[in-house]
Amino acid sequence: MKADPEAIPQSLFRFRHAEKAAEQEAGAAAPSFWKDAWLRLCRNKGAVVSMLLLLIIVVVAFSAPALAPYDPNAQNVPRANLPPRIPGVGIPGLNGYSSLAGRPVDRYKLAGVPADTNYYFGTDEFGRDLFSRTLYGTRISLIIAFVAAVLDLTIGVAYGLTSAMKGGRVDTVMQRLLEILSGIPGLVLVVLILLVFSSGLFSIIFALAISSWIPMARMVRAQTLRIKNMEYVLAARALGTSEVRIALSHVLPNIAGIVVVRTMFSIPAAIFFETFLSFIGVGMKIPNASLGTLLNGGYKVFRIYPYQMWIPAAVLCAIMLVFNLFADGLRDALDPRMKE
Amino acid sequence: MKNRWLRFLGRRLLYMALTLWIIVTITFLLMSFLPGTPYNNQDKLTAAQLQVLNQKYGLNQPVWQRYLTYLNNILHGDFGISLQFSDQKVTTLLGNRVGVSMQLGIQAAVFGTVVGIVLGTIAAMKHNTWIDTFCSLFAIVGRSAPNFVVAVLLQFVFAVTLGVLPIGLWNEGFRSTVLPTLALSISPMADSARFIRTEMLEVLNSDYIEFARAKGMSELHLVVFHGLRNALIPLITILGPITVSLMTGSLVVENIFAVPGIGEQFTKSVLTNDYYTIMAMTILFSALLVVVIFLTDILYQIIDPRVRIGGDRS
Amino acid sequence: MAHVRLEVKNLSVSFSTFAGKVHAVRGVSFSLCDGETLAIVGESGSGKTVTCRSVMRLLAKNASIDSGEILLDGTDLLRLSEREMRQVRGNEVAMVFQDPMTSLDPTMKIGRQIEEAVTLHRKVGRREARSRMLELLRLVGIEDPERRSRQYPHEFSGGQRQRIVIATALACSPKVLIADEPTTALDVTMQAQIIDLLKDLQRKVSTSVIFITHDLGVVANVADRVAVMYAGKIVEIGLADEIFYDPRHPYTWGLLHAMPTLDTHMPSLYTIPGSPPTLTEPVPEGDAFAPRNAYALAVDEKYEPPFFKVSDTHYAATWLLDPRAPKAVLPEILAKRRREYLERRKRNAG
Repeated sequence: MKADPEAIPQSLFRFRHAEKAAEQEAGAAAPSFWKDAWLRLCRNKGAVVSMLLLLIIVVVAFSAPALAPYDPNAQNVPRANLPPRIPGVGIPGLNGYSSLAGRPVDRYKLAGVPADTNYYFGTDEFGRDLFSRTLYGTRISLIIAFVAAVLDLTIGVAYGLTSAMKGGRVDTVMQRLLEILSGIPGLVLVVLILLVFSSGLFSIIFALAISSWIPMARMVRAQTLRIKNMEYVLAARALGTSEVRIALSHVLPNIAGIVVVRTMFSIPAAIFFETFLSFIGVGMKIPNASLGTLLNGGYKVFRIYPYQMWIPAAVLCAIMLVFNLFADGLRDALDPRMKE
Repeated sequence: MKNRWLRFLGRRLLYMALTLWIIVTITFLLMSFLPGTPYNNQDKLTAAQLQVLNQKYGLNQPVWQRYLTYLNNILHGDFGISLQFSDQKVTTLLGNRVGVSMQLGIQAAVFGTVVGIVLGTIAAMKHNTWIDTFCSLFAIVGRSAPNFVVAVLLQFVFAVTLGVLPIGLWNEGFRSTVLPTLALSISPMADSARFIRTEMLEVLNSDYIEFARAKGMSELHLVVFHGLRNALIPLITILGPITVSLMTGSLVVENIFAVPGIGEQFTKSVLTNDYYTIMAMTILFSALLVVVIFLTDILYQIIDPRVRIGGDRS
Repeated sequence: MAHVRLEVKNLSVSFSTFAGKVHAVRGVSFSLCDGETLAIVGESGSGKTVTCRSVMRLLAKNASIDSGEILLDGTDLLRLSEREMRQVRGNEVAMVFQDPMTSLDPTMKIGRQIEEAVTLHRKVGRREARSRMLELLRLVGIEDPERRSRQYPHEFSGGQRQRIVIATALACSPKVLIADEPTTALDVTMQAQIIDLLKDLQRKVSTSVIFITHDLGVVANVADRVAVMYAGKIVEIGLADEIFYDPRHPYTWGLLHAMPTLDTHMPSLYTIPGSPPTLTEPVPEGDAFAPRNAYALAVDEKYEPPFFKVSDTHYAATWLLDPRAPKAVLPEILAKRRREYLERRKRNAG
């Protein structure tokens, strides 16, 4: 406050030693790393929206058995290749009409489907309900994503941490092994594995276990080496803390942020992995629905019934996008390098 | 200095050879456990005919013997014969296709990374503006849309609907390469855009950029002369992953556009159990990747003055 | 009085951050004469670096200069366009940064980095730029400049790098050189060398220097005048002697008291209690130093002290200088130093 100095009462010109001691405490404590990160995440609109969408997708996909109107594998050939029909939506492409000889025709009437029976995403060449299949397919993709994340977090982190903490010869051997493993183009190897073992969910997971965790192991090793030589770790070591304890209580918490981000990025990669394999015909076994097999089936008839390809493609892209957006938001929130 | 280079090169070459040998071995073992037979008309074959064929292709020998023979053969450049295209040598079969895939891969890699670098740089320069958001969003969408979906979409829009470019096949020269190149380049584009953006942001926040700014340098000059110089060096490290994504991409993209490349051959061979062709291609892909990683290492040593082998490191 | 080179008038700078608006500089004014060295002293976060960056107009994107003028030979730098400002940077006002290890582009030969500074502002040929570069390297004491100019930054030690940075800054003989803690990142022997170099160069090339530091020991060596900053304001400004021997602001007392000297035989060093306030809105009213001030008056809580004139060159912003204020008792070391100084001055005058 600026005031005419003359106007200030004389009484204020006295020392206030006595009053001062209790009064002042250092400014508000800096928020902890995770709290800070959470706040940053919440400020990122894209991340918040994608987080919510992600939750919805997960809930919907895992309640597929309850939500799916039809058995995803039940064939009903007379009702094959029906276009999508969502009641109350008159938009061409979603109203059950598709063109026949240049004129829109109600396919449902043609196939003799009752008016109150709707296939929201249409049906495929065997008359299976694509909506139910998409729900189940999404669930498969999410299971694979979850497995990939777990593998990253277990094998990848453990490998990297061990290699960096042990150092010396152990590190050298482990690094050579990684170098060789990473020289193998993952997908090519996986295709071979899927050829040898019968294709299916288990084989895909097995293939993931072989190759997916390598980048994580490398990153964890690099980060551990960085942190291992920091003063506070040296101090802990000087106090006689065991290596395992140092790794778990000093190193791990400090790389947790980067590990989480990395995991989030490996999830869309794993989802892509399954769809890719199924698309080229070596992934999930045919009657089972996965986004990849749906795309594969859709692509075959895509010139005639484009919705059979676009719907699973859109769902796949949406899931990938949501995961990527969320991972990006997480990275911005957790990676101290990006701090402004 | 010379000696250190030689030692470095020698060690890297040794690892390359070792990696390739392990890959050959794994591939061979996996293929020898492969169920089913490689003959596409085996129902019509009698036991005696099968016997003759197995004899002919050496399939009735014990595994280890076949392994040694195979190793010996590939060392002499003989990858066997295709079991599908009877009696065509695998090397001839693939040789005709490698050039096509190479052209496609290089076109996609160059186009993708150049566009990616430009996008990433612009995003970093306009950090936290709508331009940055747009570029980043583009990169995320590019990363999220699987290349086969992009390929089908491009085919649908430009070939089926608009009819401005050929739907597929490799018979219209450059025009045929446009759509597959675009589809393949999405992934390297998204990767390098994201990578350059991060690197560039870090570089642009560094003291030496601030110091250069304090010299009175314009932003554009700064980004081109100091920013890109520093941000591009680490880009070398993602050359390997980019190669991998091009390889896997080519498996589907070539199929969708009916490009007579090795990617298309690989899927075809996988679906028909063509042993020798699959093995040769696995080795080819691996060798390509291993060589790219090797070149990446060398390039890094040459370009970055801080890690130069000969330099007196501080 | 000498020609006034640079004049900063009532400068206020704020940053918009997630936590709110931060007022980093709150109405700073000072002037810098031809060939003079002004030291700006303060703790980290006191606004000294922000003040100098404002002169260069090199502030972070979230910063805004809310008010004030920065006059260089009468031209207000804050009114220049970005293009005109580029002609000032490196040419008329140059800056040396804190950390020589990171101030140079690691991928470019140092010779080229210096040449670049020359060619940005002078229309000279390759050869001329090169000879100027070699001359600069020689000037800052780099031996064998022909060979060394072809080396990369990582091939130099910290002290040598700071010499190269200084050479770059001097490339166009700037009117004002801002040195932002140029010795903080160096070890002690290097510090002394760099300080000597700066003093030496100033004699040779006659630029005005603003020297930012938190180390009063360094200040005593180089500065003609000293400005002490606290919480975004200058709290005391005067000739170096006046600040060292006759300080009036309790914060300056604290800083001097906390400075180790050879004749302080104290069991432990004095420290100023607490830490500087965060200048997030709302900025606390009254004197920002009051909470840490052992000499705080009741008036400090509500009213910001104005500048009181001590001498023609010496001003301090503390209510202690108000005639109504009670008399403060200086720490013994400072009081002794002051007595000796006054005696000396009297002797010299008489």
